[in-house]
Amino acid sequence: MSFLSGDNMTGGYGGADILHDCTIGVEKGEIAVIVGPNGAGKSTAMKAVFGMLNIHQGAVHLDGADITALSPQDRVAKGMSFVPQNQNVFTSLSVEENLEMGAFTRKDDFSGTLAQVFDLFPILKEKRRQPAGELSGGQRQQVAVGRALMTQPKVLMLDEPTAGVSPIVMDELFDRIIEVAQSGVAILMVEQNARQALNIADKGYVLVQGRNRYTDTGAALLANPDVRRAFLGG
Amino acid sequence: MDDIFNALILLSNFVIVPGMAYGSQLAIGALGVTLVFGILRFSNFAHGDTMAFGTMATILFTWLLQGWGVSIKPLPTALLALPFGIACTVALLLLTDRWIYRFYRRQRAAPIVFLIASVGVMFILNGLVRFIIGPNDQRFADGERFIMKAREFKRLTGLSEGVAFKTSQGLTILTALIVAIVLFWFLNRTRAGKSMRAYSDNEDLALLSGINPERVVLITWTITAALATIAGVLYGLDKSFKPFTYFQLLLPIFASAIVGGLGNPLGAIAGGFVVAFSEVTITYAYRKFLAYAIPGDWAPEGLVQLLSTDYKFAVSFLILVLVLLLRPTGIFGGRTA
Repeated sequence: MSFLSGDNMTGGYGGADILHDCTIGVEKGEIAVIVGPNGAGKSTAMKAVFGMLNIHQGAVHLDGADITALSPQDRVAKGMSFVPQNQNVFTSLSVEENLEMGAFTRKDDFSGTLAQVFDLFPILKEKRRQPAGELSGGQRQQVAVGRALMTQPKVLMLDEPTAGVSPIVMDELFDRIIEVAQSGVAILMVEQNARQALNIADKGYVLVQGRNRYTDTGAALLANPDVRRAFLGG
Repeated sequence: MDDIFNALILLSNFVIVPGMAYGSQLAIGALGVTLVFGILRFSNFAHGDTMAFGTMATILFTWLLQGWGVSIKPLPTALLALPFGIACTVALLLLTDRWIYRFYRRQRAAPIVFLIASVGVMFILNGLVRFIIGPNDQRFADGERFIMKAREFKRLTGLSEGVAFKTSQGLTILTALIVAIVLFWFLNRTRAGKSMRAYSDNEDLALLSGINPERVVLITWTITAALATIAGVLYGLDKSFKPFTYFQLLLPIFASAIVGGLGNPLGAIAGGFVVAFSEVTITYAYRKFLAYAIPGDWAPEGLVQLLSTDYKFAVSFLILVLVLLLRPTGIFGGRTA
């Protein structure tokens, strides 16, 4: 079993089921990417793993412990961190305050973590006093990821971190995400830019209509002619 | 030359000093409204009556202290009773939250439902205050009445007009300044204050960051209770305490909060002074001022009063309508009302 795994998850937001027997997992220090067409349930699968919707079948495990019944807040306390796709920064708070709020649950001195985040994203140090709402899209995403890192999570979950940013910023962001993974954090990410994301992925999950269609290493999925034709545009 | 000074002194005495004091009172009141709007996300119509309740509690403690012969002359005894009044109001607001608002919060009710619930709370508080202290005027100011009397001012300067500066006015302005500084320090520098701003900014992300919403709500009501009581007591010291007047204050207070931008504390303060000075300048009779300012016999015969003081609420109402029509987010940009 993986370090973090959602096994055979079936469920939805209350109406019809969106996920059907869907399994997703990620190891420490690895990047797992969920790709698939619009409406495939990518974000839903991610939210299910984080406890933001009810799954009536299947289970979620973190480091061997069953966390299926825990609320998202309790999962944060267990070492999971989530970056939503939209509204993922406090726009009226300064960059530094955003990061401080990320560390809200920590009672210890978090200045070391703050320095690490500033090392990872130097532009944030420069703009630490500026309201996050005044930053560009890419810089905002850096604030969002930085905020999530402030708890020193074991698992970082990113919902389309590159949505709405330019290709250059996207490459830059992916580089930073790789750096984070190399520090031993498990990264689970939903991505619209499937090809680029699979490029950096240790593991890829192709979902279609809430079911696992293909599961393999990123490189193998990129090489698979069926996946290429159906999901990566040839 | 003396005429110009006399004209300016006259204006200070009847417009600037009262406007500053009234503006400070409105500003503290509007801060409470804007905090509840920004963090709990509804317009709290019970705020005026919360002020009345806090003032009533403070008056009762003032009488108790006066009965014991406790006094902090030359300052009014009410200042000593204020912390006890605040404590009662905190208890009251936490109870209304526990009994009423928490239910709707758990249902994730729409803001309009909260607003209507707060109207209900308003009526109950209204009745409660009249039941305990009665509907009549209560004067509870004691201690030295003036910092500067008009007569003394005239004697010192030799001018024919004087500025009277009441203790209550001085206290009001000073207290408003302290309250504003402490509140901004709290919101911008402390962990709890930042978590309140974060919760106000983005509730879902605050939850993901592990900020406990019930704690934020608790702190918000506590601060609101303190602000309401302070505003009410200062207003009561300056004028007098009458439950119905406090209910009527709701209009200028909401006008202040909306003018500055609902949910924006800085805007609430600015809005308080905008509304206060509009009211005072429009309802002041300028005849005597013009008699000094204009040479010769050109002095007007009429009162030169734009609006009778009876209509002062029309000023707040007009400001409210204009802001909502022209700039619904307020001068400093808050959320739409």
